[in-house]
Amino acid sequence: MKTKLKIALPKGRLLGETAALLSRAGWGLDGYQEQARFYHIESKTLPQLSGRVFHEKDIPIQVAIGNYDLGICGSDWIEELLAKYPSSALMKVKNLKYGEGALYVAASAGDKATVEALRVKSGTIRIASEYPNLAEAFAIGMRLRRFSVFPLWGGAEVYPPESADLALVGATEDFPFPGLKPLSRTLSINAFLIANRNSWKAKGLDKMVSPIEAALTPEKAVPKPKAAKRPPTKEVSYPAADEDMVRLALPDGHQQAPTQQLLDKAGIRLNDYPSERGNRRPTTNLEGVSVKVIRPQDMPLQVANDNFDLAVTGQDWLTEHLCQFPSSPVKELADLKLGRVKVVAVVSQDKDIADIRDLSESESALPIRVASEYINIADRYARDNRLNRYRLIPTWGASEAFLPEDADLLIENTQTGRTLAEHNLKIIDTLFESTACLIGSTRRVSSPAKKESMESITQTLRRAAEEL
Amino acid sequence: MKIQRSKGTRDLSPTDMVSFRLIESAFRECCLKWGYQEVRTPTLEYLHLFTATGTLTPSMLAKVYSFLDWDGWSGERVVLRPDGTIPISRLYIDSLAKEKLAKLFYVANIFMFEATGKKSREKWQCGAELIGARPPLADIELVMLALEVLRELKIKGVELRLSHAGLIKALLARLGLSAEEQVGMFDQILDGDMKALESLKLKRPELEKTIDSLLALKGKPSGFSKELKELFAEDLPECRPYIENCSRIAEFLEAMGCDYRIDIASGRGFEYYTGVIFQIFKGGEKIGGGGRYDALIPLMGGKDVPASGFALYLERLMTLIKPEALAQPQPPRILIRAELARARDGFDIAGRLHKAGYRAECYLGVQKDSDFDWTVDVKDKFILTNRAKKQKLTAQTVDELLALLKR
Repeated sequence: MKTKLKIALPKGRLLGETAALLSRAGWGLDGYQEQARFYHIESKTLPQLSGRVFHEKDIPIQVAIGNYDLGICGSDWIEELLAKYPSSALMKVKNLKYGEGALYVAASAGDKATVEALRVKSGTIRIASEYPNLAEAFAIGMRLRRFSVFPLWGGAEVYPPESADLALVGATEDFPFPGLKPLSRTLSINAFLIANRNSWKAKGLDKMVSPIEAALTPEKAVPKPKAAKRPPTKEVSYPAADEDMVRLALPDGHQQAPTQQLLDKAGIRLNDYPSERGNRRPTTNLEGVSVKVIRPQDMPLQVANDNFDLAVTGQDWLTEHLCQFPSSPVKELADLKLGRVKVVAVVSQDKDIADIRDLSESESALPIRVASEYINIADRYARDNRLNRYRLIPTWGASEAFLPEDADLLIENTQTGRTLAEHNLKIIDTLFESTACLIGSTRRVSSPAKKESMESITQTLRRAAEEL
Repeated sequence: MKIQRSKGTRDLSPTDMVSFRLIESAFRECCLKWGYQEVRTPTLEYLHLFTATGTLTPSMLAKVYSFLDWDGWSGERVVLRPDGTIPISRLYIDSLAKEKLAKLFYVANIFMFEATGKKSREKWQCGAELIGARPPLADIELVMLALEVLRELKIKGVELRLSHAGLIKALLARLGLSAEEQVGMFDQILDGDMKALESLKLKRPELEKTIDSLLALKGKPSGFSKELKELFAEDLPECRPYIENCSRIAEFLEAMGCDYRIDIASGRGFEYYTGVIFQIFKGGEKIGGGGRYDALIPLMGGKDVPASGFALYLERLMTLIKPEALAQPQPPRILIRAELARARDGFDIAGRLHKAGYRAECYLGVQKDSDFDWTVDVKDKFILTNRAKKQKLTAQTVDELLALLKR
């Protein structure tokens, strides 16, 4: 192996089997394991080979834009990219036959809807999904007359029936969402080896990947796709949409613990939050309040669409939403003072860049690659600072590892700056500070009871935040 | 860093624009003479305008330029107009629905992704829509209008191909396909994929004869209606009205001396068409087409009103015309030379010359005398020079100068 070869490797659900496969192929990427502290891995056996660990969703993008020659990820994320960019430089090389699952279009278990009925339904059909491009392709393919796609960071399964008519969800064959009923199985998911089309030709990758193909477990007597062993769909009934009901969204993930403490301080009790079994509908002692647990990233859009009245999210995500939709009817109701971070512009220590002007005055022939989870904040920042010619690279976590190889500028949040320093990065600008906040709609609330209840919750949370 | 044009777009140079405007004005004048009125719709429309009728094929919709606007938090996408007729139908429903008859025309650009970037993703169309009139006269009027435009542009040897959407659908229904297969097959025909029908023969040998007859409905006009009737009328009584409709138009075109042929299974790009479809070819290349779309306006929530229309593809016509053969004679072009101190006089004279119908401009230190019919030197008097005729004349006043030019 003479030419340099870079492979993008998945963390999460595909990591174990991918690591085993590469080890059988003798690629010597020993550092690629569950507890890896760093994301860059050099091969012990092949001096030209290096790898980097990504969120699965990042991998097709990284391979398509040519930062990586090869990648391994689920076919769901490959198809999500190809649905929007069919002529991209991404090519599927080999089905690796593990990481099986499927994408389903599903409605609420209590819903009588069929795809046929949806096709002729008047009004807008709302589809919530982490796969917005595939959701749109589905809607167009089914010739839905009018539809809206809510792009999500996660938790699509909790959206129907109140916040969406359909969810496009990825799942294992047993479809573990008791509240949902699958209407259509749109895609089989498998781990795939993918390559950048240009490097494939230029570097003769077909020879290089042959050890991987040889290391694939011999094909079993083609196991037929199992008829999904689905638990009988439970007819779940949800409280009827009541104009007096306050719909509250609480965050999942690492914001749950501090949020729960704050609610506790405010005297708001929740049953099963944070939930160990992934329950996204905890109950509460607050009368007239229904609670759903969703991603904080998704909350501003949901409040703007009147799917929730109140939501606990971060000012960073509110700002991100307002950068995309400046006139959106969402506002901050209370600063909850939790989880203070700074949103900063970051470059590699090795680059001779002291502030953003050095980048905007750069006359490089190549576009400046701006990576961020906050794609709209990053876009506005690049525009406001007149970056000459830039490309945005959306990322899903662990963005600090993108510099210096896979991006030139990073817009990222940081608490202490320690992780950034550990990755040999420096902050060249602070965009703003962000804490957790309670958001709501700027629309007038017609029910006096609901208005009063919302005001009371806002007051209580504001006081509790002061006292914490 | 080289500044580049966006992939899949083209510039129209001054020379291109001469051709463009010649076509546009020939089209406008013909339409106005036939009583059509010009309209213009926005470049941006909601995506649901194009999904609402359920008629555009998924593969066509997958090439639409759609995006979320700055206030698109509801997920409502907007598109760069991918089609000319649907926006006109929306405009009709919006503001002209009270009119019994709306004869409208437009010159507009439409946008559609094309993967290689070698063909333009932005295309210009000259379109006419006739809303509120029934077949066959309305359809014939549109064909006559389209042919008149081409005649005005001195484009000869065009070929007209006729088909009928109802006939294609009825025949597909006869193939014994499931409803879903029928939709799929119709979509493939609309997307121009004729292999689909061919491959069906392999899967369903019993259909071979019907499919062959369908594909064979192509070619010579003479005796078309008789042939069609013989082939299908007994076998497929439901096709009778479509055949009648098609034959009447064909007979009429024949009587008018039009060169046409029948090509039943060709329906590319005519998603919402319900009746007769006509396509115009020149040298094997399609330069325009149209037909009847009676269901479109009701599907969009308007009243039940018949409609038909056509569009000519402007870029294709640009390659077919000879601008010099079409151009109107231009008034003389005059260059005015004045010292900076007398620049005001120079610009005044240019204004007077424009009013009198001349092309006139002041010398900016760059123009070449040879590009002009006359030069005027502004001194104490005006010195007129015509290089070609080797004439030198003198005028004391602007009126005198105008009088001299008139001679």
